[in-house]
Amino acid sequence: MNGDGCLAGTFTARRGDLAVAIDLDVAPGRTLALFGPNGAGKSTVLAAIAGLLPLEAGRLRLGDRVLADASSGRVLAPEARRVGVVFQDYLLFGHLTVRDNVAFASRMAGASRRASREAADRWLERVGAGGLAARHPLALSGGQQQRVAVARALAAEPDVLLLDEPLSALDVEVRVDLRRELADHVRGFAGPTILVTHSLADAAIADEVAVLEQGVVTQRGTLDDLRRAPATPYVERLVHAAA
Amino acid sequence: MPAALVVVAILALAVLMLPLVALVVRAPWADLPALVTSAPVLEALRLSLVTATIATVVCLALGVPLAVLLAHSADAPAPLRRLLRAAVTVPLLLPPVVGGIALLLLLGRRGLIGGWLAETWGVTIPFTTGAVVIAQVFVSMPFLVFAVEGALSGADRRVEQAAATLGASRWQVFRHVTLPLVAPGVAAGAVLCFTRALGEFGATITFAGSLPGVTRTLPVASYLALQSDPDEAIAIALLLLAVAVAVLLLLRDRWVPGVRA
Repeated sequence: MNGDGCLAGTFTARRGDLAVAIDLDVAPGRTLALFGPNGAGKSTVLAAIAGLLPLEAGRLRLGDRVLADASSGRVLAPEARRVGVVFQDYLLFGHLTVRDNVAFASRMAGASRRASREAADRWLERVGAGGLAARHPLALSGGQQQRVAVARALAAEPDVLLLDEPLSALDVEVRVDLRRELADHVRGFAGPTILVTHSLADAAIADEVAVLEQGVVTQRGTLDDLRRAPATPYVERLVHAAA
Repeated sequence: MPAALVVVAILALAVLMLPLVALVVRAPWADLPALVTSAPVLEALRLSLVTATIATVVCLALGVPLAVLLAHSADAPAPLRRLLRAAVTVPLLLPPVVGGIALLLLLGRRGLIGGWLAETWGVTIPFTTGAVVIAQVFVSMPFLVFAVEGALSGADRRVEQAAATLGASRWQVFRHVTLPLVAPGVAAGAVLCFTRALGEFGATITFAGSLPGVTRTLPVASYLALQSDPDEAIAIALLLLAVAVAVLLLLRDRWVPGVRA
């Protein structure tokens, strides 16, 4: 990684009618939770960082690498960004086994099938899904798919990790365990992490929280700051509901 | 359902089925083994299988990229999108004979490109086995394109984005994610394409003629035999019917483009 390794930028991205403006600066090893109601534009921010959506204005850098600059038109393609994503519904490849899902990035980078699969197996062990390697991903439970999706993203050895509601599709019982596991993986990840969530409990994984409402950041701080002094009725309502 | 509709529906079924029943009933079953293994029939069968297979391979190589382009044209301006779609649909609606005439006007000795091909390269295409394949490609490619396009529009294309975030280049995404994603559509399209190519008559006889062993495919042979040896014509017709039924069984619920079981 070059430069300070920070994921930093001020930009606007648009999906449909909603334009989202945000100011980011996440240091390596730190985790920012993008917190807000559905439709607030959280996933839009992730798509822009991953390169799946162009910036409408502004600039985004990772260390001294420019990921996108709307004014100069410089855009790094998603495959060149080294930004790993765990998608909300995981988007595992249904035509590949779990092992080959996790080996995918390594294969695309030109590693041999054997080396890629061995590395995939190690990642699967680390997320507690070692026994699932030969299974087909779409036949797995939500919690199992989530573990595989995390392993697949981490196995690509990304410089940035984006997690889009990684726990929201799960049942309450498995959610607590998987949240703890996810917190471990996030702590073990060296680069900047952004976690999108609409749950305060999930946001506890992060070091800092940015509240996004209708495309605008309405509050920033630690989870304790939010609890102590909710800046908007939305945050206040959630804090009270959780208390 | 009103009784009158049931009656009409049964009539409709009769229109579809009775000719085939007649074919099966009147077939010279006793002589059938000898008829379908006679030298002219085997020659036509071999030619049909070879040309239809090559035509299917050509349709796959050309048609899959066209289907992808068509699927991506959702973002293109509406007139361009409609033009693209019309270009694929017209050969489907066109009488094959018209296709054959059009091919002659393009590739014939005095054709748009054919004249130049003949003068510069000494290549003449009409009335060759190559012409048979070209005629088959012209009539059957739309089947492949629409089957693959249907599969593409029915698939969750976001996995392609997931692949890109994992470092896959556009080509790798196409090769390792998009193609496997639409593989059932490609397979169904290829089978439809092969069947249509195998049955192709109008464009073939117009553009390629009926030279035994060179351009006389099964449908052409069947039509010609009807005048000289009706039993042979019926035997070939049965052969082609058997292929159609086999394809139906092979595809089951998948035989409507874009719908997967």
